[in-house]
Amino acid sequence: MTTTGNNGVAASKTNTQPLWLLAEVTYRCPLHCAFCYNPTDYDKHTQNELTTEQWIQALRDARKMGALQLGISGGEPLLRDDIEDIVREARQLGYYSNLITSGVGLTEKRIQEFKEGGLDHIQLSMHDITEEINNFITNTKTFELKKKVAAMIKGHGYPMVLNVVIHRYNIGHIKEILEMAEALGADYVELANTQYYGWSLINRSQLMPTKEQIDHAEMITNEFRQKVGNKMKIFFVVPDYFSDRPKKCMNGWGEVFMIVTANGDVLPCHSARVLPGMAFPNVREHGLEWAWKESPAFNKYRGDDWMKEPCRSCPEKEKDLGGCRCQAFLLSGDAESADPVCTLSPNHHLIEKAIEDAKNPQLQAQPIVFRNDKNSRRIAAGEAPELVKEFHALP
Amino acid sequence: MTTSVNPADIYSLARHYRFQWEEAQQCYVLLFPEGMIKLNGGAGEVIKRVDGNKTVADIVTELQQAFPDATDIEADILAMLQLALEKAWLEKRN
Ligand code: SF4
Ligand code: SF4
Repeated sequence: MTTTGNNGVAASKTNTQPLWLLAEVTYRCPLHCAFCYNPTDYDKHTQNELTTEQWIQALRDARKMGALQLGISGGEPLLRDDIEDIVREARQLGYYSNLITSGVGLTEKRIQEFKEGGLDHIQLSMHDITEEINNFITNTKTFELKKKVAAMIKGHGYPMVLNVVIHRYNIGHIKEILEMAEALGADYVELANTQYYGWSLINRSQLMPTKEQIDHAEMITNEFRQKVGNKMKIFFVVPDYFSDRPKKCMNGWGEVFMIVTANGDVLPCHSARVLPGMAFPNVREHGLEWAWKESPAFNKYRGDDWMKEPCRSCPEKEKDLGGCRCQAFLLSGDAESADPVCTLSPNHHLIEKAIEDAKNPQLQAQPIVFRNDKNSRRIAAGEAPELVKEFHALP
Repeated sequence: MTTSVNPADIYSLARHYRFQWEEAQQCYVLLFPEGMIKLNGGAGEVIKRVDGNKTVADIVTELQQAFPDATDIEADILAMLQLALEKAWLEKRN
């Protein structure tokens, strides 16, 4: 339990430790995925990226606070040429480090240096067994490249972690995707059903599968799991829109996750910047320790003192902590309300409507808004009201 | 899949797993892709000795010598190793 001071801005009131540090080192990306969870106005943050020294300082500070797992992500992290330095520092500090990549930019030379520097594993995103869908959903020709990169990762003795974001366009291919993963020698496969934030929220009606498709995909996954056993670990991340209780988002606000973004903002979750009236700390001004322990932003939704009904008196509140603040805000306009995924939420009809909308052929057929600089610039400049009208606070 | 742990077995940590002491948490941890486990005192002492050379019997003897006041730890050690094996933290070497 935490205690809150006046106005929710209390002095240091946490004894939690940021066990996971996610370094979103750049928002630049050669791919244009329709489901990208990066902020829709990311274009604003591509000019003022942290320097190598600033990243190394952040790594040191977080490690001192107990951070252990480091994810190096983006955008496409390999667009920076200093990942080798970051990796080396991470190993020396005792992190278990993970490069999260689309594969674009991974060369023999670089992977060799990562290995020598002590990078622990590489997570590669794959999209489908067909070239057509891979290229469609990422809006790039990257299919062959991804297979080559998978072989390279394996060849260097890395555990191969494949991440496949699941949506309407590939959910019918789960079995084939798992077979491909097995053939590539994957050690871990994450079938991550699309969560609707950022770009995927804009494209929700075009991406969302039906409940029947998800149930079927889960069944196939379970069968495959039986077959491969421990050789290949398969995670099936259930989409929250189709459950009756929300997820415990990020395992609790400011409980174990800390994210440092390309421009140095320190966030408790990927999409927290959509929340209104929040001033997030930045490593250019504050140390990570202050950000985690003292900053008003990290304390705002820590614990459960901020809750209103029905969460406040809910017997299940410690289980999910009221769900996701960003989802509550994006869908209902009220960041302190129960996550609309919850059937006890007065806003649950918004989820039901989204599911209905995704069955509407007219909405399904709307053109996908791909994640790219031009679209991002238009959204950031408020020039694309047709893209954002349905949701609160996009970007 | 689940075989049971025998005294003559030799184990090492599974490939890609890392075991280390954490000053900030004051415990041993096991790190692997997508996850980590904090090991309590006893479990940490067991896993620390899993090195690809010692047999399970060696580990038991060593721990009995290191903690002479603890009674009946053999069953606990075997249970711990069994759990670790089922979770695929360990690989059998012999
Ligand atoms: S989801 Fe796609 S577009 Fe977004 S950062 Fe990842 S690879 Fe780039
Ligand atoms: S009412 Fe709130 S606390 Fe209770 S289950 Fe729903 S979201 Fe969770």
